[in-house]
Amino acid sequence: MIENLSYMVAPILSSKLLIILFLGTLFGLILGVLPGLGPTTGGALILPFTITLDPLSAIVLLTAIYCAGTYGGAITAILINTPGTPAAAATCLDGYPLAQKGEAGRALGMATFGSAFGGLFSVIVLVFFAPILANIAYEFGQPEYFALAIFGLTMLASIGEGSPTKNLIAGAFGILLSTVGKDVMASIDRFTFGVNELTEGIGFIPVVVGMFAMSELLVQSNLTNQIFERIAMKAVRLPSKDDFKYCFKTILRSSGIGSFIGILPAEGGTVASLIGYSEAKRWSKKPEEFGKGAIDGIAGAETANNAATGGAMVPTLALGIPGSATTAVILTGLIIHGLRPGPDLFKEQPEFLYGIFGAMFFANILFFIFGFFGAKIFARITLIPNRLLWPMIFTLSVCGTYSLNQSFTDVFLMISFGIIGYVMRKFGFSVVPVIIGLILGQLVELTLRQSLVIFDGDWTLFLTRPIVVTFFILSVVALIFPNIRKKNK
Amino acid sequence: MNSNSFEKKGGFLSALFSSELILLFFIFCFSIFLFVTTFYFDEVPPILVRGIQPATFPKILLGLIFSLNLLLVYFYFSRPKKDYEKQSRIFYKTVGIFIIFPLIALKVDLILALMLSSIAITYFWGEKNLLLNLFLSIVFPILVFLLFEGVLGLRFPPGILTNLYYN
Repeated sequence: MIENLSYMVAPILSSKLLIILFLGTLFGLILGVLPGLGPTTGGALILPFTITLDPLSAIVLLTAIYCAGTYGGAITAILINTPGTPAAAATCLDGYPLAQKGEAGRALGMATFGSAFGGLFSVIVLVFFAPILANIAYEFGQPEYFALAIFGLTMLASIGEGSPTKNLIAGAFGILLSTVGKDVMASIDRFTFGVNELTEGIGFIPVVVGMFAMSELLVQSNLTNQIFERIAMKAVRLPSKDDFKYCFKTILRSSGIGSFIGILPAEGGTVASLIGYSEAKRWSKKPEEFGKGAIDGIAGAETANNAATGGAMVPTLALGIPGSATTAVILTGLIIHGLRPGPDLFKEQPEFLYGIFGAMFFANILFFIFGFFGAKIFARITLIPNRLLWPMIFTLSVCGTYSLNQSFTDVFLMISFGIIGYVMRKFGFSVVPVIIGLILGQLVELTLRQSLVIFDGDWTLFLTRPIVVTFFILSVVALIFPNIRKKNK
Repeated sequence: MNSNSFEKKGGFLSALFSSELILLFFIFCFSIFLFVTTFYFDEVPPILVRGIQPATFPKILLGLIFSLNLLLVYFYFSRPKKDYEKQSRIFYKTVGIFIIFPLIALKVDLILALMLSSIAITYFWGEKNLLLNLFLSIVFPILVFLLFEGVLGLRFPPGILTNLYYN
């Protein structure tokens, strides 16, 4: 264990990794403050570029973007009342009113401190829980993996605020995409329609870049007249002794909430921040101030969304089941580098995994420093007009997608998925389940078919294995829970 | 069925021809078409089949999509309708660029297509400063080209501009 922990300092011992960590954090902050981009879309954009890096450098870059981007959303939430990322939506509720009162520096200081604390707390959770979960998963056979993947997919029902039914359709569509190309066991063409390029299947990059970046470009095309009004601020202030005393319990509580919510497959920072915020209000000494500029409201939401980053990495690395939209992009990065997360990775490449944990730890410290000293500068980035920013993103998306296989088919697919993604978003279908479905699709089919080989084709034998039955019960709960949550609202 | 929900939007006919229902109808057609396609997949001889036939898993998925879509149709008629905002003209122009871009990229030149698309997006989205537009739309794709070609070692497809560089 101690030896493994020593691998965590690798990112700061290697000058190359340190530069990547530095750039990733900086890039993540920039993406986080730009409404519409954020760590998921930004990660998708940067994904093709990571091909040229070694696996550790690539994932260090993506995780730094993830941590810093999640925090970056708070800057715009507080200064322009527009969350840079969906996870910062709850921060607007009190951050902007506090900024309007002339206390933008205080609000940003609490957001920065809470985010960094939550992020660091969640890395500790990750370091201790991911190996335990991986050890448990080491005992899993094919039927258990199948049931686990089904559980991960049913958790998609509760993603975002959309309809669970629509999320499930989107997830099934993602799995369907994974069946395009040569069949995994019998080498038979499926849904290729005579197109040779499709026999290798649909790549992750065209779908990820299309669904996130291109669909967002189309969303932004309807918002070209949007003008942001930025509240002026002097400097970010560290929380005062009184603020610190008043909010510390909230920060601790939200760290726990965020880490726990993050661990649940397919949940993420958005859900964590909303729960963190509502719990902060429930336990607050001054709940009547919420919505009018409560400092503990900012602490509750911001701590929870960054605490979810480490939590979300637990199922991603230990089981290969993404914990959130951005971890789905990170998982895609691992897969395109030929790595399949899961218990085997913990046994075979601990230095790689602990390097990632270390990168997340130091990314949280770095964004705290950058945020503290540079929030004012980062806030200015929001003033870049969409009409200049998005054509550049279009160019990067096309070249990035083309670069992977040097194939025009990938570019066509990316553009097509951009349009499909836009239509889906327009009608309330989340695009995240498509990506998670695409990633998990092959695992689901392969484990199902291998299980049936073990069971000699008898489907009922699934029910003779206790872990499988447990996951199936959890899956049913995961399907029912979003409906109960909706009714309660 | 909740009749009030139709009254809000002007009766049964308007509910029947709403864009959401058209999408649900499209999902039905899409899943039926793909379901039929699965019957044309090659089959593995029974002695070699491992677990299930290659067509079975996609069939299960398509059946699931079809059933869930039926639920959506039920919800559509039983719940109050949502109002969807109309698309702006700029949106349609951007989609137009998405459609024309691959044609130019494939037939003429990828970099030229990127430059033209950038100019068009920037212009349609409201940038009236032509010099700034031209500068960004020409310089940025060239920088990206040089980055990919020089630093990342990517070979771009032949075309009018790329041939000038390679020759």
